Amino acid sequence: MKKLLMATTAMALMAGPAFAAGHGSEVKIGVILGFTGPIESLTPTMAAGAELAMKEVTDSGMLLQGMTVTPVRADSTCVDSAAATAAAERLVTSDGVKGIMGADCSGVTGAILSNVAVPNGMVMISPSATSPGLTHANNEDNGLFFRTAPSDARQGEVMTQVLIEEGIKEVAVTYTNNDYGKGLADSFQAAFEAAGGTVTINTAHEDGKADYSAEVGALASAGGDRLVVAGYVDQGGPGIVRAALDSGAFDTFHFPDGMIGASLEETFGEEIEGSTGQLPGTDSPGAAKYAELVGDAFDATSPYAGEAYDAAALLMLAMQAAGSVEPGDYKSAVFDVANAPGEKIYPGELGKALQILKDGGDVDYVGATAVELIGSGETAGSYRQIVIEGGKITTTKFR
Amino acid sequence: MDFLNAIVALSNFVLVPAIAYGSQLALGALGVTLIYGILRFSNFAHGDTMAFGAMITILVTWWMQSAGINLGPLPTALLALPFGILGCVAMLLLTDRLIYRFYREQKAKPVILVIVSMGVMFIMNGIVRFIIGPNDQRFADGERFLISAREFKAMTGLSEGLAIRTSSVITVVVAVIAVALLFWFLNRTRTGKSMRAYSDNEDLALLSGINPERVVMVTWLIVAALATVAGVLYGLDKSFKPFTYFQLLLPIFASAIVGGLGNPLGAITGGFVIAFSEVTITYAWKKVANYVLPESIAPDGLAQLLSTDYKFAVSFVILLIVLLFKPTGLFKGKAV
Repeated sequence: MKKLLMATTAMALMAGPAFAAGHGSEVKIGVILGFTGPIESLTPTMAAGAELAMKEVTDSGMLLQGMTVTPVRADSTCVDSAAATAAAERLVTSDGVKGIMGADCSGVTGAILSNVAVPNGMVMISPSATSPGLTHANNEDNGLFFRTAPSDARQGEVMTQVLIEEGIKEVAVTYTNNDYGKGLADSFQAAFEAAGGTVTINTAHEDGKADYSAEVGALASAGGDRLVVAGYVDQGGPGIVRAALDSGAFDTFHFPDGMIGASLEETFGEEIEGSTGQLPGTDSPGAAKYAELVGDAFDATSPYAGEAYDAAALLMLAMQAAGSVEPGDYKSAVFDVANAPGEKIYPGELGKALQILKDGGDVDYVGATAVELIGSGETAGSYRQIVIEGGKITTTKFR
Repeated sequence: MDFLNAIVALSNFVLVPAIAYGSQLALGALGVTLIYGILRFSNFAHGDTMAFGAMITILVTWWMQSAGINLGPLPTALLALPFGILGCVAMLLLTDRLIYRFYREQKAKPVILVIVSMGVMFIMNGIVRFIIGPNDQRFADGERFLISAREFKAMTGLSEGLAIRTSSVITVVVAVIAVALLFWFLNRTRTGKSMRAYSDNEDLALLSGINPERVVMVTWLIVAALATVAGVLYGLDKSFKPFTYFQLLLPIFASAIVGGLGNPLGAITGGFVIAFSEVTITYAWKKVANYVLPESIAPDGLAQLLSTDYKFAVSFVILLIVLLFKPTGLFKGKAV
């Protein structure tokens, strides 16, 4: 009897904090993006997208027992793995976040995943890390890592299709010297050569240099119908384009996602008329609904803003589906909420989704970017193909 | 026709960029060499002095642009240059008064002054970033091209284009004027001669009544002018970003040492030697070779000796070779 009493008391004591945690009014989600560094012009809208989803869930009051979701921002710097690791460590250990929306660039994302997320069992969903190296075919990530941006292996194939359809058989490639650039350039070269094209040169450029005439000299010497610049729009990319235009080496370019941004139009305008490019994007109704939801708050078409909304939404829906905010519990639910079967969920319908999950139903999250998780937890990816027309970035079609 | 194309391609990608870059390095190296010759230490703060002078010039340029003052086809920065030089002079005289003079009076060893100059470098670097920010700044205006690649092709009917940017031409012209003025000053004027005397033998110069503080002051004046001109020309031709000026330190020192530290003529030669080596060694010669060589022996590969990533390594290797085999440099400067 005494033993039973003891055991009951112990149970009650242990259950106390557990209940308290369950009823806790707040769950924190880390938003780790490069607020400083080479893509600092993109990250504010990405963070705004993620925080929009969190606000929507909080306002609905449907998450678990009416929990509020609080975003905690941290700076990944995009390039400095040590700083990004320290920032993520802080999020997990001192802020006590229950999930991470981020990081952005592939190199720091890999660093955070292996140094912080895996040791601490933290789920992270990246909206923009696209390196093929982050595809974990053998579960090295313990099922903790997801991304709402497609792998660059896929972007390489799409890029090949775009160029081949334009009738371009010979290109020169220059990439920014990091995981993202190299991964993309290599996957493109493989796909392009398999499709019968020729890559005359595939060479790196360092970001942050004043002068790229030597790099462009080598590219020009190798020749090609078009120059593929797999760089960053706020870093060395425009320097390469400027030097290529100035020396008359190339007139038209092909820009992958990192190079497409408002500043590209502003800097070059009609000088790069006829250049092509692609970035993740979709013509699913989700994108329009997302734009409507965002309104004038920020630029909804800015790269990866929709992906960030989706990443944050997936985290919270998975929590609801698993009935727990603990990463170890809800990590396996991410696939369930992202894919069929279930009711299709578009931006602005998170409250509805939470209700369905609460009632034991099933949802198929589509979101702003037509999320469909494949393989080890990355989106299959649809792309928006663009062309520079009249000095403006114009959408030609979706792939 | 093929031969002409080869020459044009070579000029476009090697000769024109290398001449402009060489002029910028030569101006920078002249400043380093003057300080070494007269004040007897290697001034590590030189790159950031260039950035500081360029920064003042940029700020004045922006003000002029907003006030609608311009030089038509020429960049407004040329008009702002004198103000930049004045600002840089003030800065250098201030650091001399606050820092270097103390060590001069102590008769500090050159190696101590080198370390001191590194401290100055960090402070100056911080000031520049604090005032204008660490990012790229654009201040070039006026005509971008003297002749653009497309115009050249249309004019000559060649398949290769030759682009000559206004900034490259201005760089070379201004560099020639600056160097001519400097040599005239050093060889023809009384002050210049007293500076050379002071450089050759300090004690003898003092005995013959030369005022050392005056020589030091004039040296800083000239260095400020050279550094600002070099900094502004580099910024106009390429782009202004504080960190790249810090990185310029290596090729500038390599130029000064290759030519022979303390020898102005050597600094100029060194600047061009370094610039041409950097550009030619990292250039992919495929295109030129394909024009000139008969088809049977034309290369398939890029014919590139070193990837462009190793640009700075080139100046470093040249520096090592010179220090190993001819420590006084090409023009008999002082041994390092």
